[in-house]
Amino acid sequence: MRLRDWPIKQKLTAILLLVSGLVLLLTSAAFVTYQVLAFRRTALGNLSTLGRVIGANSTASLAFANEADAKEILSALRTEPHVVAAALYDKAGRLFARYPADLPGDSFPTTPGRDGYRFEHGYLVGLEKVAEAGNSRLGTLYLKSDMRAVSSTLRLSAAIAVAVMGVSLLAAYLLATALQGSISGPILALAETAKGVSARQDYSARTPKLGEDELGVLSDAFNQMLGRIEDQDRALRKSQEDLQRYAGELEQRVAERTHELQESNEALRRNAAELLAVNAELDAFAYSVSHDLRAPLRSIDGFSQVLLEDYSAHLDDVGRHSLQRVRAATQRMATLIDDLLKLARYSRSEMRTEVVDLSRMAHDIVAELRRTTPSRQVDVAIAPGLQARGDPRLLRVALENLLGNSWKYTEKEPRPRVEFGSVEMNGDRALMVRDNGAGFDMKYADKLFGVFQRLHSATEFEGTGVGLATVQRIITRHGGRIWAEGAIDRGATFYFIL
Amino acid sequence: MNSGTILLVEDNPDDAALTLRAFKHHNITNDVVVAQDGVEALAYLFGTEGNAGAKQLPAIVLLDLKLPKVNGLEVLQRIRSDERTRLLPVVILTSSDEEHDLIDGYSLGANSYVRKPVDFVEFNQAAKQLGLYWLLVNRAPPAPPEALT
Repeated sequence: MRLRDWPIKQKLTAILLLVSGLVLLLTSAAFVTYQVLAFRRTALGNLSTLGRVIGANSTASLAFANEADAKEILSALRTEPHVVAAALYDKAGRLFARYPADLPGDSFPTTPGRDGYRFEHGYLVGLEKVAEAGNSRLGTLYLKSDMRAVSSTLRLSAAIAVAVMGVSLLAAYLLATALQGSISGPILALAETAKGVSARQDYSARTPKLGEDELGVLSDAFNQMLGRIEDQDRALRKSQEDLQRYAGELEQRVAERTHELQESNEALRRNAAELLAVNAELDAFAYSVSHDLRAPLRSIDGFSQVLLEDYSAHLDDVGRHSLQRVRAATQRMATLIDDLLKLARYSRSEMRTEVVDLSRMAHDIVAELRRTTPSRQVDVAIAPGLQARGDPRLLRVALENLLGNSWKYTEKEPRPRVEFGSVEMNGDRALMVRDNGAGFDMKYADKLFGVFQRLHSATEFEGTGVGLATVQRIITRHGGRIWAEGAIDRGATFYFIL
Repeated sequence: MNSGTILLVEDNPDDAALTLRAFKHHNITNDVVVAQDGVEALAYLFGTEGNAGAKQLPAIVLLDLKLPKVNGLEVLQRIRSDERTRLLPVVILTSSDEEHDLIDGYSLGANSYVRKPVDFVEFNQAAKQLGLYWLLVNRAPPAPPEALT
């Protein structure tokens, strides 16, 4: 496991122990080094004192070359167990006496080196000049001391250092263990809280604040952040719930609408079926009207004619005139029936939509009118290029009626004029049929398009009052509208938009 | 002039009387047989059980559409589906101006379709023209191989 993956507790403890261990190690090393150096200086001082004393004592034996005396003096070194070897050299540098006596000669240097005390090869070696006070050298004293005392001092110091270190580290460990909690505790608590939040998505959790230090600030910040997240989470949940509720309501509304639609569809279907039935009845009715109502009319007219042809001699003028009026009435009724049937037929017939050239159609209609009433001289103006989308048959019927009306109502006009064109009206293009004929009173404008509604008597102008109703029905079937403007004896204008 | 019979299929006695009067007025002297409904017309043409049909086919059939029992279109269908009367000239003479009647009539093989005018003067003219055309101008189809006996 890498250091950075260690738990923070162990990391803290390890860091504290490492630091205190290092400090202790350096301190102990300094302590031991000082001990050893101090002891060596002391050993050097002691040996030089010993050398001066023995050197002073050896002057006589060297001056008189008394070897036994010299040995006697050297043997006094037995009281100094650390002195492992000693020797006296004469003035010429020859070995004169040695200690201990049983040590072989080659254990000593053959000639004494320069004077002084020094450490050589793990031993402390000293060479002391032997001389009478202020006089020339008599010889040289050689002393060799082992360093066992140094080693034991060193061992003791090291032992003390190790012991101190051990105790200190133990204390440091205990302290670190006890104190790291103040740092790792809040962090661990923070980590625990964060883990809980992410695992359970419980944003209401809070980490305990254990102080006012940076970790306290961190805990506060973390708690504030949690608070904000909690608020946002709550808002989010609320909007989700709202959304779900709305979705539910929407679904319900859709279901209700669907149900309503199904119901209205059902109603529509029933209506359509009823309409079909009504239409079928209407067809049957129209068929009956055309066939059965016309038959008696034909009889009335026919037999009136028979009377006029065969019994004219038996009738006076009033009788003949009456029969003529009977015949006229039957023919008007026949026209009425035919017009009504047309109105019904144009209201029901199937529509096919195409582009219709209305200008051309108007020209055709006017040509037909001129042909059927050659006595009329009417000034006709038809604008070129008028087109519309619609059923050509129905549009022709409408246009026939409108132009036919203008033709008819300009009958008494000395300079009759009929116009077919278009005008812009509130952005729409309205088609227009205008004449300078009898016109009408705007007071009755709303009655123009009613079935059987007439604004002129039959003696003034012939008509059944079905034509404009038919026109309006046709325009309405095209999704358009029609209206009229006029004044009595000032002509009429019919506008329609398809 | 074709001297054959005219079969007038007409349920309305007034119309029948006026038609007869018109023919007479215009010196059309052919025999006119009036059948008052489709059943009578078919009986005249094809006979019934126990009764043989007409010995000779009529020169022309004037056929109303709206008839009791068997209507005009059904009569026309029977006439056109029978080998003996397949080519028989049939003129529909009716009050109806309905598009579907025109289409059905011609589809079933009517030779002509005339709408009865209410105005008797016009009616007279129509009757005269019908008579003159079908009895004088028009060449009748040859008699079928086995004439009705």
